[in-house]
Amino acid sequence: MESPDLPLQHDAASRFVPYVIAVMVYLAAIALAGSMLVAAALGGWTRGLSGTLTVQVLPNPGGPAATAKDIGAALKILRATSGITAARALDERSSRALLKPWLGGGAMAPEIPVPRLIDVSVRPGAALDMARLTSRLRSAVPTAEIDDHRKWLSRLFGLANSLEAIALIVLMLTAAAAACAVIFAARSGLSVHKRVIDILHLIGAPDQYIARQFERRAFAQGLIGGIVGLGAAIATLLVMGRLFSGVELFDLGAVRFGALHWIALAALAPATGLIALVTARMTVLRSLSRRL
Amino acid sequence: MESPVSPDPVVRFQQVGMRYGAGPEILRDVSITLPERSFHFLTGPSGAGKSSLLKLLYLDHRPSHGRIDIFGRNIATTPRSELPAIRRRIGVVFQDFRLIEHLSALENVALALVVAGARFEDVREHVAEMLRWVGLAEQIHAKPRTLSGGEQQRIAIARAVIGKPRLLVADEPTGSVDDVVATRILYLFEELNKMGTTVLVATHNDELVSRFAHPRLELKDGEAALLPPA
Repeated sequence: MESPDLPLQHDAASRFVPYVIAVMVYLAAIALAGSMLVAAALGGWTRGLSGTLTVQVLPNPGGPAATAKDIGAALKILRATSGITAARALDERSSRALLKPWLGGGAMAPEIPVPRLIDVSVRPGAALDMARLTSRLRSAVPTAEIDDHRKWLSRLFGLANSLEAIALIVLMLTAAAAACAVIFAARSGLSVHKRVIDILHLIGAPDQYIARQFERRAFAQGLIGGIVGLGAAIATLLVMGRLFSGVELFDLGAVRFGALHWIALAALAPATGLIALVTARMTVLRSLSRRL
Repeated sequence: MESPVSPDPVVRFQQVGMRYGAGPEILRDVSITLPERSFHFLTGPSGAGKSSLLKLLYLDHRPSHGRIDIFGRNIATTPRSELPAIRRRIGVVFQDFRLIEHLSALENVALALVVAGARFEDVREHVAEMLRWVGLAEQIHAKPRTLSGGEQQRIAIARAVIGKPRLLVADEPTGSVDDVVATRILYLFEELNKMGTTVLVATHNDELVSRFAHPRLELKDGEAALLPPA
């Protein structure tokens, strides 16, 4: 047929669907990209921190010599512990350098003692008995504290999980909003073209024949809206990547999208088309099923 | 060799009633039978329920009571998904033509085959031939609104018969045409009838009915009576 049976392309109500879907896909893509960036960054931090421990030794009131003695005792226990492959004490200058960004140069007078840190490497897969190690260290050096980063990591995981949940909610809300736009357009089309649909029905068109015409239109609109929204989102991400490339905000600048991330983002456009198709099909079939 | 005749009548109404919404009954306890290959006129005064009875026949309306069998199938118990296939075996000429305005005459007629799964390109020539047969060779690509009432009626007839229906139902098919064309349309229906189509023509044109020797179903006060040819 040179002309479609249902002239859906002329429907005023459905003309805005691609614009609505483009905005929704833009928001969804930004949310998804943010979520994936956080997940990638967290993965990097986790990999960097797993297999390491930090032991902190407070300055001994007996003076630098006593502190050095405490560090030596701690190192001896650590190096004798099964599963620990290396233990290296940071010198006082390095410890001060680590604290300088937090306390400022003025507060770092040489006469003010600073805690000393021991960087410990653990063999991958080794199951350290942290309670026993802490107890042994404390018996030798009462001010020693072990930080296995678990507390910090659990907070980070909590934050990442929250961000992922928010991204998922945004994705679902945008999908629901896009579906609502398609439902509205399909219902409007059913109403506008009621006469033609009645004729098709009476000459023996199955519901699927009628629904297919709505599906095709909805899929095309969903896909076009999806591509436009996705294009705008990718442009935004590239600009943001440029802007933040020199900023080490939580080290996010070092995180880059991999192929899988780009595929996940690119899938938003066809996924939107499919959501529109299925939504239109269900709406039309449901409406037609009420007839004889 | 003649094809075997089905033992079931094409249409059987048993004590059928019909009303619109909560309104009064338009049809009351109508019982009719249309045997295979029969030709009947449906007559009666305006408002007698002719169009309503046809609506039941082409499955546009449910009866308020009674049983309708079409092609041996009880319509009330036939799954909804099977009704389109039954409708495709019923050719309908609507009183108001019901053509699709944005489609050409060719596309309107082809639609009856396309909805059944045929490809437009495959049926184009056959449909064009049908339009030539009903005298619309020059109007194949015309849109309905550019055609006269009679021409639109002939498109509607072509659409109704293109699929070689087992049952042809026509609601006042001669209402918009002159006497010559009306007679020609009825001859066309007789040809189809001879080829095996069961025909029911609703009309209030008694003069036309009297020229054809077919029995009449007379509807009056919502009830039907079978009368011999006029």
